[in-house]
Amino acid sequence: MSAAAPTSAVATSAVPERVLTVRDLRAYYRTKYFGISREVRAVDGVSLHVDRNEIYGLAGESSCGKTTLIKTIVRAIRPPLDVVGGSVTFHFAGRDRDIHALSERELEGIRWRHLSYILQGSMNVLNPVRRVRQSFVDFAHRHIGKPMPEFLHQVESHLSRVRLEPATLDAYPHELSGGMRQRVTIALATVCRPDFIVADEPTTALDVVVQKDVLGMLREVQQEIRSSMILVTHDIGVHANVTDRLGIMYAGRLVEEGRTVDVIRDPRHPYTSHLVTSLPRIGDVTQKRGLDGAPPNLAAPPTGCRFHPRCPLAMAACRVEHPPMVDVAPGHRVACWVTAPPDKPVALQ
Amino acid sequence: MSAAVSPLLDVDRVGMTYAVGGLLRRRGVTAVDDVSLRLESGSPEILAIIGESGSGKTTLARMILNLAKPTAGTIRFRGADVIAIRSIRQRMDFMRQVQPIFQNPFEAFNPLKALDHYLFISARRFAGARGRDDFEARADKALHQVGLSLAEVKGRYPHELSGGQLQRIAIARALVSSPSLIVADEPVSMVDASLRMSIVNLFKALRDELGVSIVYITHDLATAYYISNRVLIMQRGKAVESGDARAVLDNPQHPYSILLKSAVLSPDDAGRPMSRAGSARPPSAHSISNAE
Repeated sequence: MSAAAPTSAVATSAVPERVLTVRDLRAYYRTKYFGISREVRAVDGVSLHVDRNEIYGLAGESSCGKTTLIKTIVRAIRPPLDVVGGSVTFHFAGRDRDIHALSERELEGIRWRHLSYILQGSMNVLNPVRRVRQSFVDFAHRHIGKPMPEFLHQVESHLSRVRLEPATLDAYPHELSGGMRQRVTIALATVCRPDFIVADEPTTALDVVVQKDVLGMLREVQQEIRSSMILVTHDIGVHANVTDRLGIMYAGRLVEEGRTVDVIRDPRHPYTSHLVTSLPRIGDVTQKRGLDGAPPNLAAPPTGCRFHPRCPLAMAACRVEHPPMVDVAPGHRVACWVTAPPDKPVALQ
Repeated sequence: MSAAVSPLLDVDRVGMTYAVGGLLRRRGVTAVDDVSLRLESGSPEILAIIGESGSGKTTLARMILNLAKPTAGTIRFRGADVIAIRSIRQRMDFMRQVQPIFQNPFEAFNPLKALDHYLFISARRFAGARGRDDFEARADKALHQVGLSLAEVKGRYPHELSGGQLQRIAIARALVSSPSLIVADEPVSMVDASLRMSIVNLFKALRDELGVSIVYITHDLATAYYISNRVLIMQRGKAVESGDARAVLDNPQHPYSILLKSAVLSPDDAGRPMSRAGSARPPSAHSISNAE
């Protein structure tokens, strides 16, 4: 296959190359019915970056804003969702592009070629009345720009990467098992060798055995084509096995971020430590506790640190002001007044 | 009925074959094949049924709940044949004692009905409650058993509550009739991570404090290890391994159980590179062996 991005394909140097920078992103759902306006702050001031050849994990429970965040990152936004502030900049093929400033036409040039997407629930992605081959043509043919026989040959050789036979191309989605369909969507998302892949709960609907299998292939393909990835899932076990860095979201904000090993072995934010310690493990019979209270309503989030109503360590300061992200170790940032007090404030991004 | 002697639930070599296809190309799909299990009365316990999707877990649950009729074998509840239930009275009596909890609390409740409605209906039909005060007293009692109160729930609709709270209400609804057996089909898979353990702990409390036996259907080996007394591992409709939960999951014997255990992704694996894909895979017809 010809090189996808001539300048970036050779970047193996020690200095990591940024592929995505998100700065202070705010995305709200705004509705106005019968004169009552409502604003749901689903993503409220998130900053993060992803380097080349890196898998960035995003964890958090449902309605914490992780899906809204990635929708905003790939600019799949529709009213009532609206980007209120901040920027999302991709660095593809040596050029910086603010995805929200691009024209539709420029966006079309980026989609699938540089930026692709693996959705939750693969059965919803593949057209049930079209054969897999036609789905590949629909999704990828125009982006690859090769004559059809050559394109199909490339698809076949790409399918073998996820261990699917060429005969799969002639099947309809309902003829394939859940694991095979998810492998087809992985192949679809990676056939153009994109620089960046966004995977939203790619294995949540799959069984444990198939899940491990699919995650292994996803990682293999990602390493081979050297793309970067954001992997969203609420399953800490998946993050531990697949991601390089991990960000924990709570109520629309990033509360902790660091290398996956550091975040899981040495969690600093009380929410992260709860997530990690409350997981039952085989061989562990100690009593585990759920967290009291319910996830906050993002239309009227708690003041100060959004976790304080459920936090075992909450102090008076937590109710007043949201804690800034503070470096606690190289590359490990935490937003908490108690465990990471900003004695020597470090301005981050 | 001789409740003291006969087991609470005795599932004896049940099988379920669904017929698929039209008139000319009819064939049978065996969802459950020759599965036996038994819950003793007097010693409440949690029995976990573990398996991947398509292994027949839910079909087995539906048969225990008398929602599907097995094509082979018998199911006895307190000595009485469940399949032979004919009259409405028998059926109501069975439903009073055996209650279900479903996977997705958002789908289990009608979004247009207030949640207390479900509790009142259950109180009227299964607990013989009469009059508004009696309904409310019973609903409140059941809600207290799951850590809620009627004041919090009354007049509220499903969209106003979180998944964890809804699942608690589903459990409270099941408790209204003081059942002796609860069949819970994947009860925590749709509940948020921070609330999941409180639901799981609730099942433990139901067993230890209220003496309710629970059939806990799951694909999550870790929670099964955490709460259950015994496990039954199913593969393609067959029970492949069963026994004491901790003994089986600490040291599985059947190749499928070993495979299941090896596929559990633990947070303790952080920092260790994932084993190559395919190492944990069963030989499969549609995989090509060109791994590397």
